Parts: sequence; C-alpha cells; structure tokens
Amino acid sequence: MNHQYLPGLAVLIACALACAPPASAQSDFSGHWAPLFHEDEPERLPGPELGDYLGIPLSDAGRLRADSYDADRISVVQEYQCRPHAGDYMMRGLANMRVDAVRDPVTSRLVAYHLRMGFQEMERTIWLDGRAHPSPNAAHTWSGFSTGTWQDNVLNIHTTHLKENYIRRNGIPASDKRTFTEHWVRHGNYLTVETVIRDPVILTEPLVRSQTWVLDPTQTMGRDICETAAEVPKAADFVPHHLPGTNPFVTEVADWYGLPAGATRGGAETMYPEYRRTMAKPAKPAPAMCERYCNCGLNGAGCALR
Amino acid sequence: MKRLIASLVVIAGAVAGAQQPFDSAQGRPPALETLRVANNVYAIFGAGGNVTVQTGGDGVLVVDSGMTASVDALLTEVRKLSAAPIRFLINTHAHPDHVGGNIAFSRAATDPMQPLNIMAHERVLSRMTAALPAFQQGQTTGGAERLRGLPIDEYFTPTKDLRFNNEAVVLYHEANAHTDGDTVVLFRGSDVVSAGDIFTPDAYPFIDVANGGTVQGEIAALNHILQLTVPGHTQEGGTYVVPGHGRLCDEADVVEFRDMIVIVRDRVRDMMKKNMTFEQIKAARPTRDYDPAYVTPASFVKADQFVEAVYRGLNANK
Repeated sequence: MNHQYLPGLAVLIACALACAPPASAQSDFSGHWAPLFHEDEPERLPGPELGDYLGIPLSDAGRLRADSYDADRISVVQEYQCRPHAGDYMMRGLANMRVDAVRDPVTSRLVAYHLRMGFQEMERTIWLDGRAHPSPNAAHTWSGFSTGTWQDNVLNIHTTHLKENYIRRNGIPASDKRTFTEHWVRHGNYLTVETVIRDPVILTEPLVRSQTWVLDPTQTMGRDICETAAEVPKAADFVPHHLPGTNPFVTEVADWYGLPAGATRGGAETMYPEYRRTMAKPAKPAPAMCERYCNCGLNGAGCALR
Repeated sequence: MKRLIASLVVIAGAVAGAQQPFDSAQGRPPALETLRVANNVYAIFGAGGNVTVQTGGDGVLVVDSGMTASVDALLTEVRKLSAAPIRFLINTHAHPDHVGGNIAFSRAATDPMQPLNIMAHERVLSRMTAALPAFQQGQTTGGAERLRGLPIDEYFTPTKDLRFNNEAVVLYHEANAHTDGDTVVLFRGSDVVSAGDIFTPDAYPFIDVANGGTVQGEIAALNHILQLTVPGHTQEGGTYVVPGHGRLCDEADVVEFRDMIVIVRDRVRDMMKKNMTFEQIKAARPTRDYDPAYVTPASFVKADQFVEAVYRGLNANK
C-alpha cells in the first residue's frame, strides 16, 4: 500500500466509526405502514369462520370457551361494542399503523416506539429505555406493557399486563394471564413481525404467527371514534352464549370447506404438517370451486361471499 | 345464629389465609404494596383484603382494614401516604380479612377531637356484634372497650354519602351478593370504586350463602358496579375498580367477571331444569372452561364450592 493514502484512510475509518448508528438503532421502524394480507388472508380480512379452530393449540378450556361464544355478545353487551384489539391482535388486524420514534429531547436517544393504529384509535408504546414491567397488582390494558431490546437489527419485544381479548375473532378467547413476545425485522420497505403468544389458560403450546407490513408514506390516519349504544332491550343479567353442546355453528366450517371435523376443533397437533398423516377423512367433499370469500381484497374488491 | 357467626369467622379466616398466605419461611405476612389509583386515592395490596385509602386536608379515609396480622404494616403504609388523622374506616363486609384491623385502627385514633368513625351496613354490625363474647351478668364496666373496632356508625338505607377531602364518597348497600351486608364505595370525584369481595378478578366469588350471599345478588351487584363505571378512551381506564382481592381493574375486567358468573349460572340452571341432582351437576363440571383462570392450588373457593353456591342460590329461588 502506498503510505501517502494512510492519513486519508484513517480519516475515512474514523468517520465511518463516528457516523455509524449506535447498536441500539440499527433499524428505524418509524413511519406509516400498511398491512399485507398474503398470510392468513381469510382469517384476517373477512374474519374467521365460526368454529374454525384449526392450527390453534387450544386447551380443552379454551375450546369450550370458544364453543360457548355467541357473536351477539359484541353488540348486545354494550361494554363490548367499542373494544379495540389487544396488543397481540392489533398487529394482525386490518388497520394501518403509524410508528413514531420517541426520543430523549436532550440526548436524542431512542426511548420508545409509539404505535397508533387506524382502528378504534389503538395505541401502544414499546419502551426501549430498560424500564421494568409494572407490579402484578397494576391494571392491565388492551395493549399491555411492552419493553424492547435489540439483537443486531432485530427488535425483540416482551409484553405483559394484557386484558382479556381474543386469539381469533370467532370466539377463541385470550386470557389476561397471557404474555407475548415479538421479533420485528425490517427489510427495506418491508417489516416482518413474528408474534409468539403464551397463554397458560387457553393454549397448550406457544402460538407463533407472523405478519408483514409495507412502508406507505402516503397514508393519512384520522380519528376513529366509537360510541356505545344500547341496540336491543335486554335483561341486565343476560349475556348471549351457547350452553355446552348446543352451538349449532361449530360444524359449519367443516361442512362448507370439506374439512375433517376433528381438524377444525384445533389443538396443538393441528399446528404441525405431520397431522395430515393421521387426520380423519372429511365427511363431505371439498366444494368443486371456491364458494366463500373468493376475491377478498382483489383489485380493491370487498368480501362478497361468491 | 351463633353457628352462622362461628362459621363466618372460620370461613373468613380461611379466606384470608388462602388468598394472602403468610411467608412461612419468615413467619410474617407478605410485604404490602401501595399503588396510586387516581388523584388522592390509593390501593394497598397484601394486607388480606385489598385496602383503599383517600387522603387530604380533612384527614384519611380507609376502606377495609385487612387482617389482624397485617395491621401494623398496613398502618405504616397508610402513614407513608398521610400523617393526618384517620377519620373514617368503611368496612365493605364482615369477613376478618377486611375487618381484622379495626381494633388497631381504633387504637391508633388518639385525638378525641378527631375521632375515628367506623362505618358499614347494619348487617355487618349485627354479625360482628353477635360474634362477641357474651356480656356477663352484672357486668357494668368495659362497655366502651367491648365496642372498640365495631362499625357503630352503621347505615340501613340503600345508600349513605359523605363529603370528605372535598370529594363526594357514596356508600351503596348491595343486597345479598357476596354476603347480606356488602357495601360498594364510590369516590365520585376521583372516579374510583372500591368493590369489596363482590369482585375478585382472579378467583371465583366467595358467595357466602350461610351469611346471606346469593348468585343473583352477586350478579346484580356487579351490574350496579358496571353502572357506576365509565371507561376512558378505547374502553379502558376511566373509572378504576379496586377489587376485594387481586389486581387493580377497570370496567372491562368487571364485565368479564360478570359474564363468567352469568354463563355458569345459566349452565347450572339449565341442568336443574333437566332435573339433574347436585351431584350430577357437580360431576358435569359446568365451570371447567373457567377453572384454569379462576382456580389455583391456593384458591379458597374451588370450582365445586362455587357451583354449590350457585346451585343453592338458584334452588332457594325455585
């Protein structure tokens, strides 16, 4: 090497070191993001079919809770009407997302990411300043309490203090004893979020799901205000639900799609590919052509049944 | 009646023991934790039943006094919040994990110009009085000491209110819910409800049938709490609810608890309509999907006991 270049090289190296982002900010997640629905689209866009528990490691308790669910509850019980998704489900729902970086005004150090979703004005804060989670006696919230740590360019997030909500929007509940971890990875304009839910009440194994988002700087996010209202007269002690063994809708999904009834009941074994070797044959054949939710979202289309 | 009182004391002692186990290694009660709920209203956890404290220029108002073994630690926690005189103690019901500190609170009030008033529904006073040792014939002294710790500032009306620390504090009698003498306390300015054992978010309710509790009254009381609560933005926060045991809550948590009880009641009622016996109903395990959420090895109220309380309440209404 020609020694005359050494001083310049030293300056370049020093500059590179000085200009390199700190290890705690190797990815910047701030900006507007739009969800992509190539994964689990029927579940996420039109919503899951009643009785479809396939791929969910449901406990027996969770399955009976789901079977007892009557969708009337979210309208008849006024307090349910304006509930947002919880922190784990909001990353999976339909809403756009804005991520704001919260910085220390003096040091500019990244203190937190603040999330706002375009549905029910859901908000969530992911603390990155090393603070501890609240006491077990503290109140729970829909979003829970989230803290994040960096592992290279992956943001690992742990969330506790969640309210009871749902694993799927067809009555599969999520208890207030659950926690979840996330792994956020940015690839250019794409964001992948892997979510691992642990629920000792409803699930027998961790439930792993992933969602992808695309950067969408053009989106705007307005208000989405919800007001509860009594929609039907009801007795104060009336809560819609199905008594055990009486829900007429739990077999629909197997009938409509030609699936083995046992598979639609869920359970840890239905998560794994090996289950196909042992699962029973369906009672009815699959329909010859798509009959439900066939073109959801295609070219801006809605979700007509056919 | 005496049998009822004796069972009340035994049962409630077991409640306190089951829900707040002693630190057996150290031989002392668990450490207490104080959380600010709203404005000048605080919740203290770990003294047996949860304790609610309101502080201000008028002094200190406390809802429930925990169990006897924890009262020194509880008074220390209260004193961290305010050195002002404790002027009011409200008992939500008569179980010892909520009234066990009454006598010590009474002894701590040493300023005769600012005495402690202990308030509760008259049914609480009746039960606590009946549990006292009988006056001996000819006994003429010791009356005041005998009354120490009793809620002699009792009420018999559906509600009672007072203004303290510039805040309206409203007491509601919830008839035949957890017991027959339950009081729910609303701090109207701070937007906080102290629910007593009507609401225990991590455990099945102890519907004390022997002391007037019923499942229908329990549901009605929870519905009344829901009327008092107004959630904040995105249906959380707003009015906070301090349960008798368990973490700080809000309306959404009360809804889940109320719904659970209604659903279990409906299941038991359906089985009764099918002429199933209590043993058959118990064997059918109508709470089996809720048990993992509401029962732990330390729980005082096990699933069968909750089902029995529901069954007995419905059977009485036949």
